[in-house]
Amino acid sequence: MKRSHWSIPYAVFLAIFVALPLVLIMVYALQDGQGHFTLANITRFFSDSDALGTFAVSLEIAIENTLICILLGYPAAWILANRELNRSAVTIVLFILPMWINALMRTLATAELFNILGVQLGKGTLLFGMVYDYLPFMIYPIYNVLVKMDKSYQEAAQDLGATPWKVFWKITVPLSMPGVTSGVLMVFMPTVSTFAISEFLTNNKIKLFGTIIQENINASMWNYGAALAFFMLIIIGVTTMFNGNNKEAEGALI
Amino acid sequence: MAGDRIIDLQHVSKRFGDKTVLEDINLYIRKGEFITLLGPSGCGKTTTLRLIAGFLAPDEGEILLDGKDISAIPPYKRPFNTVFQRYALFPHLDVYDNIAFGLKLQKVPTDEIDRRVRRVLKMVSMTDYEERDVDSLSGGQQQRVAIARALVNQPKILLLDEPLAALDLKMRKDMQIELKEMHRELGITFIYVTHDQEEALTLSDTIVVMNEGKIQQIGTPTDIYNEPVNSFVADFIGESNILNATMVRDRLVSFIGHDFPCVDEGFGEGVPVDVVVRPEDIYFTTNPARCQFRAKVNSCTFKGVHYEMYVDTDNGFELMIQDYDPYEVGSEVMLYIEPDDIQVMHKERTCNTFEGKMVDATHVELLGGTFECLPQEGLSAGDAVTAEVDFDKVDLLDHQEEGVLAGEVHFLLYKGDHYHLTILTEDGDHLWVDTDDIWDKGDLVGVDIAPKDLKITRRNEA
Repeated sequence: MKRSHWSIPYAVFLAIFVALPLVLIMVYALQDGQGHFTLANITRFFSDSDALGTFAVSLEIAIENTLICILLGYPAAWILANRELNRSAVTIVLFILPMWINALMRTLATAELFNILGVQLGKGTLLFGMVYDYLPFMIYPIYNVLVKMDKSYQEAAQDLGATPWKVFWKITVPLSMPGVTSGVLMVFMPTVSTFAISEFLTNNKIKLFGTIIQENINASMWNYGAALAFFMLIIIGVTTMFNGNNKEAEGALI
Repeated sequence: MAGDRIIDLQHVSKRFGDKTVLEDINLYIRKGEFITLLGPSGCGKTTTLRLIAGFLAPDEGEILLDGKDISAIPPYKRPFNTVFQRYALFPHLDVYDNIAFGLKLQKVPTDEIDRRVRRVLKMVSMTDYEERDVDSLSGGQQQRVAIARALVNQPKILLLDEPLAALDLKMRKDMQIELKEMHRELGITFIYVTHDQEEALTLSDTIVVMNEGKIQQIGTPTDIYNEPVNSFVADFIGESNILNATMVRDRLVSFIGHDFPCVDEGFGEGVPVDVVVRPEDIYFTTNPARCQFRAKVNSCTFKGVHYEMYVDTDNGFELMIQDYDPYEVGSEVMLYIEPDDIQVMHKERTCNTFEGKMVDATHVELLGGTFECLPQEGLSAGDAVTAEVDFDKVDLLDHQEEGVLAGEVHFLLYKGDHYHLTILTEDGDHLWVDTDDIWDKGDLVGVDIAPKDLKITRRNEA
């Protein structure tokens, strides 16, 4: 048997679970309810101020969430990767641990906590929930890059006269960018499409793009839902392209 | 002459956890000299360099720069620059920005940066490489950029941590010549770390031979080569025949079953010593009057410039000889050694001596194990004792669990008719063993001592 035949099971898997659904989204997006070809679903989106507004809000929330995750996650990753500050591998597991619990359950629990504390649900609680859910995905790739970084770069910079502050900004930060891009991808993309968090943590006061897709599908408006999903895929595709040439980032994900 | 000392290490010790990596290092470095710290891996040479660079702080002792203690000064304020072993060029900067890194931090004006970067690039023959990505350079080119990046800051001292280790042989030879040339031109102090004895002999004004965290010998390359102070240095630097010998009287030493005139005095009469004879210092002769001993040629290998021969002497010792002329394998030859080519050294020890404690009348505890011994009169359990064992009375066993102690072959020395091994026990103690068996460095062995070979005496608690 030729070696290339070994890939057949994977090709079949990809065809059924990746290619086919994407084709189906395209087919549904370009059909009306009776199964006739139409561009109406696409044009409807651009005239649907409700959908456009949600789209903008989703992007805004996703960007804000990603920025907060970087601001909180980078220092956390730096501290975890610093052997003088963190001598134990257990601390890293503590940061990763929440990822092992179902996100829905965590979100429900958070909503309940806000309820007990009497906190008004809104944008603040939404962002809190998102940061809480996605922070580990930012910390881990950055941590991975930092912990594997050759310490001799920092030493070389010090040797050339850089103070610890300068070493951090001129060497550590630029060299850890692959980790940051990985983190951005892993946080930004899922936040664009999330709907459960906004449902539970804002009582649907703030609608995200994912929420409208879900509503349309639930209301059996598959064709318009598919068209919206198609736009979201484009956004995700564009984000990935920013990272397209970065080979180091792939390593950082693992 | 304290005036021309640029660096002075005084009683410097360094520990990592409970492992002592440097023990009471005393060393001074003169302004403008090319000094090499030489030793096998783990000898503490890189640690010494890192202490000077400031990446580590000594646990004890002082490091003086121009007479002032610099222990508290962080590396970025020290007027030294380092060429790192794996170069540590910043991958996100191009060649120009790598070299300009230090100057930009000092806020040197742009046109001066430009001038200085171009000058060092010319010096390391890397002109026109400014825009190149460092990852696209070969090992040798990266090496040159690393040197340029250090030199552009005009340091008082250039520290080099095995800079040529990653290069192939030909390139290494070329870079050695260039480094030597740079040192001569710049006139600054070079502190060089290497495990390559040939490199050290080629480059240095002064060599510091280190082993196991201690300085073994400091001297010029010729001193170190011709007059090694102990068998470690003799074995580490160049090829050598190291042999057990006895000083018959002043200027006469006996080894391989013959007496040889030598130039050493003051060792005493009948004292056991080590001698070193370099393989190129054993001469062939056809004149029976000159012949000091006879031997049979065992093997003969062409080595480019010379032939390397192993001979079995008339008294059963094996010697290595280098000569420009080959002698046929199996032929009988006559040999002699000139008096001043015999280097006589004090023996560091003539038998193993351990401190221990009696467990009961027939057992003694030493080196973390309990050995059986002959019944000891007048000693009771708990008494502190000193135990002595001759080198050839220690048994080495193939399997660690078969011995009273487990250990590892740490260092080995061929002495013409037997091997002299240093065994490192699990507890970190050393013992020394003479054996005819062949072991390799790193072999795991069990250690046992026969009861009759343990000589036990009471230790005075004073």
